[in-house]
Amino acid sequence: MANLRIGDRILPFRLPGTDGREHAVEDYADKAVLVVIFSCNHCPYVRAWEDRMIGLQRAYADRGVQFLLISSNDPEQYPEDSFDRMRERARQKGYPFPYLYDETQEVAWAYGAERTPEVFVFDRERVLRYHGAIDDNYEDPEAVRHPYLRDALEAVLAGQEVPVPETRPVGCTIKWRKKPARA
Amino acid sequence: MAGRSLHITLLYWEGCPSHQEALARLHRVLAEEGVEAEVTVVRVETEEDAQQWRFVGSPTILVEGEDIQPSPEEPYRLTCRVYRWEDGRISPLPSPETLRRAIRRALEQPSRR
Repeated sequence: MANLRIGDRILPFRLPGTDGREHAVEDYADKAVLVVIFSCNHCPYVRAWEDRMIGLQRAYADRGVQFLLISSNDPEQYPEDSFDRMRERARQKGYPFPYLYDETQEVAWAYGAERTPEVFVFDRERVLRYHGAIDDNYEDPEAVRHPYLRDALEAVLAGQEVPVPETRPVGCTIKWRKKPARA
Repeated sequence: MAGRSLHITLLYWEGCPSHQEALARLHRVLAEEGVEAEVTVVRVETEEDAQQWRFVGSPTILVEGEDIQPSPEEPYRLTCRVYRWEDGRISPLPSPETLRRAIRRALEQPSRR
């Protein structure tokens, strides 16, 4: 279960991105909505939802919505989640958002993230307004009945309550190091 | 197409949430095909289990011992499995068509038992 609850403030972080820059929460102070998604390369759930994440970022960029994808997986156990492979993935797919590497896994630990993908949506005051899954059908975008993330973005942008503020994240478990690097 | 009972093994790892859905999909396809099968569900818990079962990810489905979508280049480990559908989609679950083809293929082979 995530450490953050709906209504909690964002936990700041600064992480290296596949674009060669460091990215911090405060770098995006001008954005109306910040969407933090724990993600990775290898997980089939991420890959099933990947084009939808890209599409949503493109659709909402002009409205001040910024996605930040974070991979916290241990690349020793899952080499396809290494920083190099993350760079490849971001380039291949033309990611329209930063793809950040949480090498120490401290950010995932702090957030209490458990799955990939797992979404945290913060409003302009950086208060958590939605946590959970992207939508209710990883397999078929045409069969989605509840576009949770899209609904949350629309609600936050309109200054309204998010209709479903929390759902169960569905995906692969985050691959923790056998001995946490922070220990 | 019925007449012979197949032996099917569904291997899963708890770290992936998809195995119940995979099992339901398998039973649905078997029913649609009118095929009887003895379905054994095996929980893979350790890396040693993964090596022993040649488990490349959850869920893995063996029809008469044959993987429904062989992935010889993948390592044996505890992970979620990537299935490529006929229309190019990526999914954590095999498509009904992949299951159907594997079942039909097995029925065309002489019984090993």
